[in-house]
Amino acid sequence: MSAAAVIDAEVKEDEVKIVKDATCTFCGCVCDDMELTVVANKITKAKNACVLGKAWFLNHHIEDHPVATIDGQPATLEEGVERAAQILANARYPIVYGLSDTTCEAQRVAVSIADRIGGCVDTTTSVCHGPSGMAFQGVGEVTCTLGEVKNRADLVIFWGGNPAESHPRHWTRYSLMPKGLFVPNGRKGRTAVLVDVRKSKSAAAADIFWQIKPRKDFEVLWALRALVKGVEIDPEIEQETGISLAQMQDLVQRMKSCKFGIIFFGMGLSMTRGKHMNVEAALSLARDLNDYTRFYAKPVRGHGNVTGADNVVAWQTGYPFGVSLGRGYPRFNPGEFTTSDTLARGEADAGLIIASDPAGNFSQPARDHLKKIPYIALDPHESETTRGAAVHFCTATYGINTPGTVYRMDDVPIPLRPAFDSPFPSDETVLRAIEKRVREILRERLTN
Amino acid sequence: MDDIFILIPGRTSRQGTTLNEGKLKADFIEETQTLFMCPDDMTRRGVVDGERVRIRSEFGQVELTCKAAKTGELPPGLLFLPYGDPSSRLMGGETHCTGMPDSKGMDVQLDKLL
Repeated sequence: MSAAAVIDAEVKEDEVKIVKDATCTFCGCVCDDMELTVVANKITKAKNACVLGKAWFLNHHIEDHPVATIDGQPATLEEGVERAAQILANARYPIVYGLSDTTCEAQRVAVSIADRIGGCVDTTTSVCHGPSGMAFQGVGEVTCTLGEVKNRADLVIFWGGNPAESHPRHWTRYSLMPKGLFVPNGRKGRTAVLVDVRKSKSAAAADIFWQIKPRKDFEVLWALRALVKGVEIDPEIEQETGISLAQMQDLVQRMKSCKFGIIFFGMGLSMTRGKHMNVEAALSLARDLNDYTRFYAKPVRGHGNVTGADNVVAWQTGYPFGVSLGRGYPRFNPGEFTTSDTLARGEADAGLIIASDPAGNFSQPARDHLKKIPYIALDPHESETTRGAAVHFCTATYGINTPGTVYRMDDVPIPLRPAFDSPFPSDETVLRAIEKRVREILRERLTN
Repeated sequence: MDDIFILIPGRTSRQGTTLNEGKLKADFIEETQTLFMCPDDMTRRGVVDGERVRIRSEFGQVELTCKAAKTGELPPGLLFLPYGDPSSRLMGGETHCTGMPDSKGMDVQLDKLL
C-alpha cells in the first residue's frame, strides 16, 4: 500500500479546517498572511494568495509514490537511508546541492552531512543570485527590510526583473501599493521605475519605463554613478544603451531628491554577461546615493527559502554558497566549488540533491555528468532529477505539510504553519537519518 | 539566414502556475517550449504564428513553437523563452568563475523547421 493510501484512510471526507496566517513558500516574498481552507487533506481555498500562490496551494497533493526508491524500485525508508549513506560515505568528491525549497532546519543538517563527508555544499543561489553574493562581498550591501520599504520608500526602482509575473505580491504587499507610516498615500506617494530589456507586463504599472539595450545594464548603471558624482557624460551614450542622457539626468535628480529610495534588482543583472560586475554597479550606485539621501539595493529572490539557504550555509561555514569542506575547513570559490562547475567539469563522483532539479535546469555538460554518477534526491514530486536518482526519497512539502523556518528575501525569518500532515517524512527527518548512518559508517571505518 | 538573435529566458505567470502542476506535465512543457518573437522579425524571417522553429546556440539546440510577442514588448533581434528545460539546454557549462552559466542574453540562431 502506498503512503498516500494510508493517509487517505485516516481522513474524513467532510472534515474542514481553516489555517490562518499560513505561509506561502512558492517565491521569495514568503507571504505569511494566507488563510487556507483544507478539506480532507486537500487545500480548496487560499485566501490572500496571488496567482502563483494559489497554484502552489491548490495543486498540492500527496503523491501516490513509495517513500523511497532505489534505482527506480520501491524501497523502505531504512533501505533508502542505508544506500544513500553508503554512496555518500564512499565518495571521493561528493556534492550537496539544492536546499532552496526546504526549511532552515533541514538545510543545517545538509551542511553537516557535507562537513562529515568532506564534500562541496552549494545551493540554487549559485545559479540565481550567486553573482549578487559575490558582489556583496566585493562592494558591500546597503540593506533594509521590506517593512522599511513599505513604510518609507518614495522611489522604487526595479531593474532586470518582471515582478508582475514572478513576484505578484511584491508590489501589493511590500513595495508599491501599501500605505506606510511615512507614505500615507500608498501608491500615489511613490514613484515606480522599471528598467528592463523587455517591455514586460510590469511596465504598465511603472511611472517610468526604460527599455535598455540587451547587455548594457552595467554601462547604464555606471553612467548613473558618474552623473550622481557630477561627471559629464557624452550624449552619445543613448546610441550605446538606448537611454538618453536627459532620461538619465532626470532619474538621477529623482534619486538624489527622494527621501528613501531602493533598487530591487532581478536576475536580468546576475544572469547576464558581466554578472557580479552588473550587480556591483547597482550596489555601488545605491551606496553613492547615501551621500545625498537614504538609498538601498536588494535582490529579488526566487525560491521560497533560497535566502535561508544563504543564511544557513553562511552561519555554518562562513560563506553563502559554493563551499568546499574537502580539507576539513571551509573554502569558498565560485567557479570551482559551485555545482554547475563541479558537474560540467566531470569532477563530482556522487551527489545529495535536496529539493531542486539540476537534471532539468543545468547546462548540458552538467546534466551529462550527473547521469553518470550515483546521487540521492529528496523531492516531494517527480522530476528529471528524481527519475535519474540512485535513491529518491519522496518527502513532505515544506510549509504545507511540515513546520520550520524560512527566510524572506530581505533576510527576515518567518515561521511555517503547516496545513495538514503528510504520510511522507520531512527533508529534515530523512537527512538526519542519513547523517546518523554516515557517521556510523565513518566511525566503523576508523575503528577497523 | 545566419543573423544572430539575443535570447532572454525568463519567468511568466503561466510558467509559474504550471510549474506547480508539475514539470513533467503537458502545460508546463508547452509553456517552456513557446518562443516569443518580435512580429517584425517574424515577417522578415517568414515565420507565422504557431510555426515550429529550431533555436541553436553554441552549446545546444531545441525545437520550439514560435508566437508573436505583443507590439512593443520585444525589440527586433530579441527573443523571449519562458524558463525551463529547453532554455537550459542552450546554456554552456562555462561560468566565468561565478558558478552561473550565461543564462540570459544568449546569442542564438533561428531556423524554420521544414
